[in-house]
Amino acid sequence: MGFVSRGFRGRPRDEGVKLPPGQYLVHDFPVLSAGPTPRVPLDRWEFAIDTEDGQTHRWSWQELMALPAETPTVDLHCVTKWSKLGTDWKGVSLDTLFADVESSAEYALVYSYGGYTTNLPVEDLLDGKAWIAYQFDGEELAAAHGGPARLLVPHLYLWKSAKWVQGIRLMNEDWPGFWETAGYHNYGDPWREQRYQGD
Amino acid sequence: MTEPAQDSYQDGNALAGPLREIFAVDVTAAAGQCVHCGLAGPVASLRVYGPAPGMVARCPGCDEVVLRLVRGPDSAWLDLRGTVSLRIPLPGPGVPDGTGEGPA
Repeated sequence: MGFVSRGFRGRPRDEGVKLPPGQYLVHDFPVLSAGPTPRVPLDRWEFAIDTEDGQTHRWSWQELMALPAETPTVDLHCVTKWSKLGTDWKGVSLDTLFADVESSAEYALVYSYGGYTTNLPVEDLLDGKAWIAYQFDGEELAAAHGGPARLLVPHLYLWKSAKWVQGIRLMNEDWPGFWETAGYHNYGDPWREQRYQGD
Repeated sequence: MTEPAQDSYQDGNALAGPLREIFAVDVTAAAGQCVHCGLAGPVASLRVYGPAPGMVARCPGCDEVVLRLVRGPDSAWLDLRGTVSLRIPLPGPGVPDGTGEGPA
């Protein structure tokens, strides 16, 4: 027999999905950790944007909640090769947070409660490409996934979407972050499979 | 006039022999000291997160990063910046003669 029928089960749901090279699809939400999970009380939580001129713009949790929110549905691609499609988030666009920030810096270093850092060009944070997200799938963001708030920059590998985000430092020079100084790619475009330095 | 400084050091190839010997042993038995808080103890006592995206070994005293190891398909990256030093048990040669002085 050279022909095997699929019967009437229909197409597997993974079939036909276009993923970045080397990725496979997951339906759970894996948690990868490089350290203890920070627990930040909301009354002490703060987010800041620090400019290259030494200006700091700060938002308390209440101030963040008062800003207009968006509800992006995005695909996530982790450098460890899993991808999760169609994830629903709620958060504040970085365009909103940058509205009153005067800066000509080209580089950003994102820093988190707990000490994590990651770097990316400022332009990758703007024009509807990034959010400070505080809800996932209709519920407040769990600490394991970066709550109370994380950066969401889904067009890059997920290590760029810093959990427990605390601030963004704008700089005239690129400053590689936690994984970028330990072998991972400086930019991390999943569609160009930029996993490691030299890719 | 003193000699130019470049005469006083060798390039990294000088490390090849010593490092080959060091990494042939079980480094987890080595004693290390945390840069951040000074706590000393065996590498085996570190708290290791990972293995993906990489192994992150943290000090059990202060939770700061002591060692990171990322394994790529054809390279490994080892970051020891959180370690003051590693004391690695080794058999002789190199047994001190007790004088505290170098070779004659």
